[in-house]
Amino acid sequence: IGEIACRVIKTCKKMGIKTVAVHSDVDSSAVHVKVADEAVCVGPAPTSKSYLNMDAIMNAIKQTGAQAVHPGYGFLSENKEFAKRLAAEGVTFIGPDTHAIQAMGDKIESKLIAKAAKVNTIPGFDGVVKDAEEAVKIAGEIGYPVMIKASAGGGGKGMRIAWNDEETREGFRFSSQEALSSFGDDRLLIEKFIDNPRHIEIQVLADKHGDALWLNERECSIQRRNQKVVEEAPSTFLDPDTRRAMGEQAVSLANAVKYSSAGTVEFLVDSKKNFYFLEMNTRLQVEHPITECITGLDLVQQMIRIAKGYKLQHKQSDIPINGWAVESRVYAEDPYKSFGLPSIGRLSQYQEPLDLPNVRVDSGIQEGSDISIYYDPMISKLVTYGKTREEALKKMEDALDNYVIRGVTHNIPLLREIIVHPRFVSGDISTKFLPEVYPDGFKGHMLTAGERRELLATAAALYVAAQLRSQKFLGDLRVSVVPAESRQWELCVELDKGVHMLGVSRSGNNYTVEIDGEKVEVSGEWNLASALLPITINGKHRTLQCLLRTAAGEISLQYLGTSFKLRVLSNLAASLSKHMPEKVPEDTSSILRSPMPGSVVAVSVKPGDNVAEGQEICVIEAMKMQNSMTAAKTAKVKSVHCKAGDTVGEGDLLVELE
Amino acid sequence: MWRGTLGPSEVVVGVLAQGRRWFGTVMSSDTARVHLSVQERIEKKRKAALTGGGQLRIAAQHKRGKLTARERLELLLDPDSFVEYDMFVEHRCSDFGMEADHNKYPGDSVVTGQGRINGRLVYVFSQDFTVFGGSLSGAHAQKVCKIMDQAMMVGAPVIGLNDSGGARIQEGVESLAGYADIFLRNVMASGVVPQISLIMGPCAGGAVYSPALTDFTFMVKDTSYLFITGPDVVKSVTNEDVTQEELGGAKTHTTVSGVAHRAFENDIDALLNLRDFFNFLPLSNKDPAPVTECHDPRDRLVPGLDTIVPLESTKAYDMLDIVHGIVDEREFFEIMPNYAKNIVVGFARMNGRTVGIVGNQPKVASGCLDINSSVKGARFVRFCDAFNIPIITFVDVPGFLPGTAQEYGGIIRHGAKLLYAFAEATVPKITVITRKAYGGAYDVMSSKHLRGDVNYAWPSAEVAVMGAKGAVQIIFRGKENQAEAEAEYVEKFANPFPAAVRGFVDDIIQPSTTRKRICRDLEVLASKKQTNPWKKHANIPL
Repeated sequence: IGEIACRVIKTCKKMGIKTVAVHSDVDSSAVHVKVADEAVCVGPAPTSKSYLNMDAIMNAIKQTGAQAVHPGYGFLSENKEFAKRLAAEGVTFIGPDTHAIQAMGDKIESKLIAKAAKVNTIPGFDGVVKDAEEAVKIAGEIGYPVMIKASAGGGGKGMRIAWNDEETREGFRFSSQEALSSFGDDRLLIEKFIDNPRHIEIQVLADKHGDALWLNERECSIQRRNQKVVEEAPSTFLDPDTRRAMGEQAVSLANAVKYSSAGTVEFLVDSKKNFYFLEMNTRLQVEHPITECITGLDLVQQMIRIAKGYKLQHKQSDIPINGWAVESRVYAEDPYKSFGLPSIGRLSQYQEPLDLPNVRVDSGIQEGSDISIYYDPMISKLVTYGKTREEALKKMEDALDNYVIRGVTHNIPLLREIIVHPRFVSGDISTKFLPEVYPDGFKGHMLTAGERRELLATAAALYVAAQLRSQKFLGDLRVSVVPAESRQWELCVELDKGVHMLGVSRSGNNYTVEIDGEKVEVSGEWNLASALLPITINGKHRTLQCLLRTAAGEISLQYLGTSFKLRVLSNLAASLSKHMPEKVPEDTSSILRSPMPGSVVAVSVKPGDNVAEGQEICVIEAMKMQNSMTAAKTAKVKSVHCKAGDTVGEGDLLVELE
Repeated sequence: MWRGTLGPSEVVVGVLAQGRRWFGTVMSSDTARVHLSVQERIEKKRKAALTGGGQLRIAAQHKRGKLTARERLELLLDPDSFVEYDMFVEHRCSDFGMEADHNKYPGDSVVTGQGRINGRLVYVFSQDFTVFGGSLSGAHAQKVCKIMDQAMMVGAPVIGLNDSGGARIQEGVESLAGYADIFLRNVMASGVVPQISLIMGPCAGGAVYSPALTDFTFMVKDTSYLFITGPDVVKSVTNEDVTQEELGGAKTHTTVSGVAHRAFENDIDALLNLRDFFNFLPLSNKDPAPVTECHDPRDRLVPGLDTIVPLESTKAYDMLDIVHGIVDEREFFEIMPNYAKNIVVGFARMNGRTVGIVGNQPKVASGCLDINSSVKGARFVRFCDAFNIPIITFVDVPGFLPGTAQEYGGIIRHGAKLLYAFAEATVPKITVITRKAYGGAYDVMSSKHLRGDVNYAWPSAEVAVMGAKGAVQIIFRGKENQAEAEAEYVEKFANPFPAAVRGFVDDIIQPSTTRKRICRDLEVLASKKQTNPWKKHANIPL
């Protein structure tokens, strides 16, 4: 959400270039609009009517007299039509020329160009295969393992992996049958199957004078649903020779299409360091900051220079790898659902960990921003940098622990787990990392016995600190306060249905908590207003976050990235708890009723739609005010009982969810 | 009086030992024996009092998901702080076999006394359902009246934990007299000390009027009921089929009737929340609003507020987001959160000091004022004024709700209550107009004209007689160029200037600075003195 605009504007300011931001209706108070020198609204919220609306953007350019356009990424950044229109108006497009965009935008064409430029491509055969034996022959030429699928089939449908001749024959039968029956087209695709591939990409930079550089690689293997989650530069996997080979091929591809500006050549790399061209992105990548960290270059600045027609400032030998950089994509997503389903809401509290050294946060939002359904749910890119990978990763742990995001569900629990996972730490990763490491889905951090004690002790100490403060009344009091003098507390703490009896003793800000015979020392400032809870547990420094603390003893703590629900009660209250009736929570989340009489202005869903929690379902107007009715949970729409224009009474059923 | 509840305490033994020494030389062996038997009887009675209606009834109480009267007090009060009164009081009924020894329970059906909540004094009574179903005897009422009288003299709040089947039928008019004695004290104490009722079981018939007279009524979900007449009587009189829960359960009273101010999950949840709530209240009308240690910087900026009001004036936002952003530690104890949701009221703290928050809720019915929201707001404002709690009002109100339902229901006299309450209040009053302040509703919402001490407007504020469209239709009736006129009206009136140039708002402030400004104002206004003209009592349009 405006993140890349903010990033570009930052460099423009450094270079003394005035900026104009374009924005949609709903983004009129967004950060990128505020930081730009001028702003133009290009239409309503749906991207097709605003950020993809070329007419409106061309108008904005004319209106402001802008000389150049940086397209960021996404939206129109790889749209040749847009580049053409700009060229026709004599406006500079900060990116490659139309020809390169077009050539690299076509999967088949780009592959042919790559082949011609001697770039490794995935070996394969696409056409009619006579019989199983021919399939075996082709497979033998390509080399096992191979993937067999119907040419006409999309996605992974009917895909077969064969590791030997026998499996190839079987795969041939299966795939050709399916090709014919499903698509009426018996052409088969037999391609080298890249086992456990890594996604490693090379950043290139080329000027309009035929010079090109490769700025080393970025490893982006940690993905979910083909979207990158954690990236790093350099890769743990590449040796200097492979790196150079990849870099040189990337440059030769750039040269082959007379590329200018910054671009990225993506490769799949197998376990034997064979690498194969995947595609070329003709724009700035989301994950460009990590390349900037290790090379010291400002890619946006380079793009602007190149667009202006300047020659490259650097030679290949000038391009260093200094240290290590890691980027985590912080998303407004629920990581417990398919590694991330979008969530929306208002950022009630938001604090980036910028006070830590070597931390860079690229974001386009601030406290109070709405994460809406219209755009990408990315909150920010959190980049940490260190002399070594260990240092960068340790810094990332701290940064994630100190990152305060409230009001929307976010994926920090997942990010925090990935970066400390032994496989990730050792560099043993592939694009299948997430499904392999979490075959049953992500469940949050699994506490060790020691961590569990730390968490329990922190909750107990926090509880006591809050109890003590609630006895502190200031000012002159007519009736004196007689606080319950106690230095010793017997508490009962519940965590994941486990119940623990704790003894807590206090001296100043230091608490000694006894759990099952083990002593845990916890100390801190106990600032009960702060979202962050920096404490020392048994001598170790930790930053937890207090997400919730209620009068009834409920405490939610974010610890090691994951949020844990605890309940702290006095022993007395805990012992009486057994008499409390068990309650089955009534589920009203699947029924949406009109909260007031009014008229239905719009219904945004139809039966069968999937809606996210908080997503708008319909809009009711009453007293000339529009009230947005939202889904109370993420679910499929079962039935819709109203339509636009209907008059509804209070309590009328509007929509049912499954 | 006897301290503590867990078996005979050392204090009692100490006093007796002294007594023995004192009389030792003159005491005959007979008197000594009598004395020892007295001693035994004391112990026996105390023990009996502690077990209330006996183990079987205690077990039955637990089975219902309810705690006993004493367990509740233990949870509500600080450890070892309870000082019990009238443990030896017994009922005086001599009819229907009630005079028999096995029908007498020391302390009868209520536990009374005083104790501390977070160190602060409170008087309490806790009805004991295990003794005659907690029914109210003359003795029961007398015990309650005793602590209420003392609470008023000392100046400390009264908390009642209600769990009673109703009047002690065997006592007849004596029981009714008892209720009236309590009612009278509820009324006398009203505005003198805070009174809180927590309904933890049945409360039916005349008994309901004691909680109704207190300042706050809280309920426990699924185990408490409040009604004038139960489902059986309802059936026989009106032929309606209704369950106890539907007729007078927590949900009914917190969402439909507005009788109860908040409902909690169970006994423990309710009592722990009550402790939390108690910290917001002053002990009496002679005490200032309490100030607690605060970790939230008083000059904290709230950047999120600068973008919270949508640019389209027809779009809603959540007033609670504003409240949470501004108050200390995002902590807001909302009163009646599920009733008349178009107005938000509740307690919070600003730099540690208790404040009452009133805000129109644009998210619900556009934040308009109607009968229920006016009554809800008025009662809250009057409580704050009675107990020296400054009132902070957030205004975004498009007007009063039109319609026959409202007019026939008496929106005129009910709306007048909120107007009256704000006008008569002499506590510090700070008002922030976040967006709309239209028509009469602008006047009502703690406007400058009703002695608002500090009135702010956000840049998004529109103080006007009505919205642009309606106004233009009247001013330019039948004329062409309505759209142009509307634009002119918006330009002229849909902004804070018309109010600001007249001094009706004291300043136009950046929303992100609101917390800082209010904290500073409250410090200055802490010494505010304002009195209304002498009167026997005012005549609020009830």
